[in-house]
Amino acid sequence: MDTLEASFSMLTNPGVLIYLLKGIAFTLVLSVVAVVLGVVFGSVLALVRNYCTTKKTKVFKALATMYIEVFRNTPLLLWIFICLVFLPFPKILSRSMFGLTSVEVKMLYKAAFALILFTSSVIAEIVRGGLNAVAHGQFEAGHSQGFNMVGIMIYIVLPQAYRNIVPTLLSQVITTIKDSSYLANVAVIELMSRTKTLLGSAYIYNGTGTVNVSDVFVLFGFAMVIYFIINFALSSLVRYVQKHPRIPKPAVKTG
Amino acid sequence: MGGLFSADAWEKIWVFRDTFILGLANTGKMAAVALLLSFLLGLIFGLMATSGQKPLEHISRIYVELIQNTPLILQLCFLYYALAFSGNSIGILPTGMIALGIYHGAYMSEVVRAGIGAIPKGQFEAAASQGFGYIGEMYYVILPQSIKIILPPMVNQVVNLIKNTSCLYIIGGADLISLTYSFVTGASTGGAYGPAYLVSGLLFFVVCYPLSTLASYWENTLKLREQKTQVVPLTIEERG
Repeated sequence: MDTLEASFSMLTNPGVLIYLLKGIAFTLVLSVVAVVLGVVFGSVLALVRNYCTTKKTKVFKALATMYIEVFRNTPLLLWIFICLVFLPFPKILSRSMFGLTSVEVKMLYKAAFALILFTSSVIAEIVRGGLNAVAHGQFEAGHSQGFNMVGIMIYIVLPQAYRNIVPTLLSQVITTIKDSSYLANVAVIELMSRTKTLLGSAYIYNGTGTVNVSDVFVLFGFAMVIYFIINFALSSLVRYVQKHPRIPKPAVKTG
Repeated sequence: MGGLFSADAWEKIWVFRDTFILGLANTGKMAAVALLLSFLLGLIFGLMATSGQKPLEHISRIYVELIQNTPLILQLCFLYYALAFSGNSIGILPTGMIALGIYHGAYMSEVVRAGIGAIPKGQFEAAASQGFGYIGEMYYVILPQSIKIILPPMVNQVVNLIKNTSCLYIIGGADLISLTYSFVTGASTGGAYGPAYLVSGLLFFVVCYPLSTLASYWENTLKLREQKTQVVPLTIEERG
């Protein structure tokens, strides 16, 4: 099988390898940024949806609920396309950086924004699950100690809620790493998209002058192994955290 | 806003309404076949994972981990290009159905495994003591009890599956999102971004929202029931 050897020789080409490694870095950075910003934005959404129940603030609850439900029930790709057209692009970012051309930076900014919006809606529901799991007695205890609602949230309820959802949030990082491959659709420069680009120009690197089926197996196989290593490590971490909770749950349920 | 408020753009949508109907039909067709395939794979591998036979459990584990830890788009591209470059292309829609079915089959298998795992051990022993074979035990005793645990996450998977039909775009797909995109960028039809995205988003929402609401409603009633009968959660923790 000399075509197979030719395909494997691509992976020993330093140029190809660096190109792919940069793709991995973009995938990881993009996913982590999306989840971190998603936690911030998602927490706000979850708090508003859960606790804005008075007559004056009900409209905010309705808005947060609408946001969460709309994003949860439509595909990510639709939001990537919508952001490509409608998202305003600040002039200050319109230059080349991170080794990308200015067009690529623009695409990255817009598609990443869509990913963040989408991820926030999912994380909002995760945070809400954590908030609902906090026993009601905790609120009453906080009130009796003279905390106001903001104090109760910051010092009592949110820390417990976040501790409960650590495994779920880690799983969400896995999902976001996988979701970030949707950005390959609009030629954003991450691992999936770079693999696909390489396949298109494999005939330059493998020395046989044509794209063979073995190139598909080698290139996509390589990407699969990378994704698998990253995600399997994370899911093993999730299982470990689930088995060894840092603070044991109280034996008696209150509320 | 991309012609969201222009009558011309909306008229264009109406003239080319067949595009959206075709896209919805393709998405529906694809989702239906993929769903059937994923149910089948989920049941087979879920039962394998709970069979107690080590080799079968390992096979099921490898399938689930391999599929769940790699992106759907990558699997789809792999399948499509491997078939295309070896000269066995089977068309975009069938490729999408197979890839989607295999991907969500892994998730369904986990759902089935968790559902069966939540049934107390005594039920298996009781069924065995009454002389049921494996199929009878599953069909008459175990599955009817686990179906209420299985259903909510399964419906969530159905919603994800419908949303994931959009992955077909990367291989030049024929699903709703891909057709919408080629509609708004087409030479003779282009421009009506706002209305076109609104229509296709709305179509997805109308299908997915009732399903995901139903799933979370079921989940909540299940949780309430669990709180009332404290025996069930204890046995789940025991079985680990």
